[in-house]
Amino acid sequence: MEHNIYIYILIMAGVTYLIRMLPLTLIRKEIKSTYIKSFLYYVPYATLAVMTFPAILSATANIWSAAVGFAVALILAYQKKSLISVSLISCASVFLVELITGI
Amino acid sequence: MKRRDYLKAGLRDGFPIGLGYLAVSFTFGIMGKNAGISAWEAVLISATNVTSAGQFAGLSLMTAQASYLEVAVTQFIINLRYCLMSCALSQKLDAKMPFFHRFLISYGVTDEIFGVTVSTEGKLSPFYSYGVIGIAVPGWVLGTFLGIISGNILPARVISALSVALYGMFIAIIIPPSRDNKVVAGIVLSSMALSFVFTFAPLLKEISSGFRIIILTLLIAGAAAALFPIKDEAKEGPSYGA
Repeated sequence: MEHNIYIYILIMAGVTYLIRMLPLTLIRKEIKSTYIKSFLYYVPYATLAVMTFPAILSATANIWSAAVGFAVALILAYQKKSLISVSLISCASVFLVELITGI
Repeated sequence: MKRRDYLKAGLRDGFPIGLGYLAVSFTFGIMGKNAGISAWEAVLISATNVTSAGQFAGLSLMTAQASYLEVAVTQFIINLRYCLMSCALSQKLDAKMPFFHRFLISYGVTDEIFGVTVSTEGKLSPFYSYGVIGIAVPGWVLGTFLGIISGNILPARVISALSVALYGMFIAIIIPPSRDNKVVAGIVLSSMALSFVFTFAPLLKEISSGFRIIILTLLIAGAAAALFPIKDEAKEGPSYGA
């Protein structure tokens, strides 16, 4: 190997850590601006929704089991079930669909 | 609540994350094996990076013998979304929180850990974070190890089923507040719709998933903040009923 794998790992880890660490150490006060506060309040919903859909549809062995898992999670979450039940029952439904359809 | 209670709550909420990580990092382990790195090296990458997309990209760059600069820039772009997350998370921390807690929490700002820690009620206890990190990261590292030492410890069906664990969690975080808050519901719906468009539309689909997340978050959360600024009583941040 021409390049050292440990230097690769060090660069990857260093860059990634700095991105995470700098805002958490530099922003130590409560932000006063209503706009920025509102923006940061809305960030998680936008980020998590963008990451979930449509990526969830290609996460499993086929789109049908994924669609069922997605629907089950939506219904359970809408009923305000706990994090772990939504997550695990959604996994179980994917498993069952793939078992039954044999894909 | 005492420190131990926060730790326990964190471990409980981190459990599905650890489970989902096990499945995802398992595939990373398999890829690492194919790329010809050792189990120790793969485990070291997972333990120091704790980021799926970044690691997958990093691995392919290593295999291609890319330059160090290329690796740094790629990691920066793919992982820039963590910067947004850390900015949001910074508002959940007590202004007096000592630096060492901040340094440690920073290590665990992943999509999923951010998702559960930012949605706790009130200020974030570092011990809650440690609980979540304490069970999620071992899942990530263990999955990598299992994936590289044996590609077939878990049947493909189980891996396939576990792959939705993380998404199920995201859904459990964003849907309940959407019921009570129309603005949040609008954000969730438009985020999913635009994400769909960006994934499949010509030209837009060329944008990497990391940038897609950044662009859409800035756009949607930015527009929502301009149109629906929140009043002071809502400043404690989102919460879910766990």
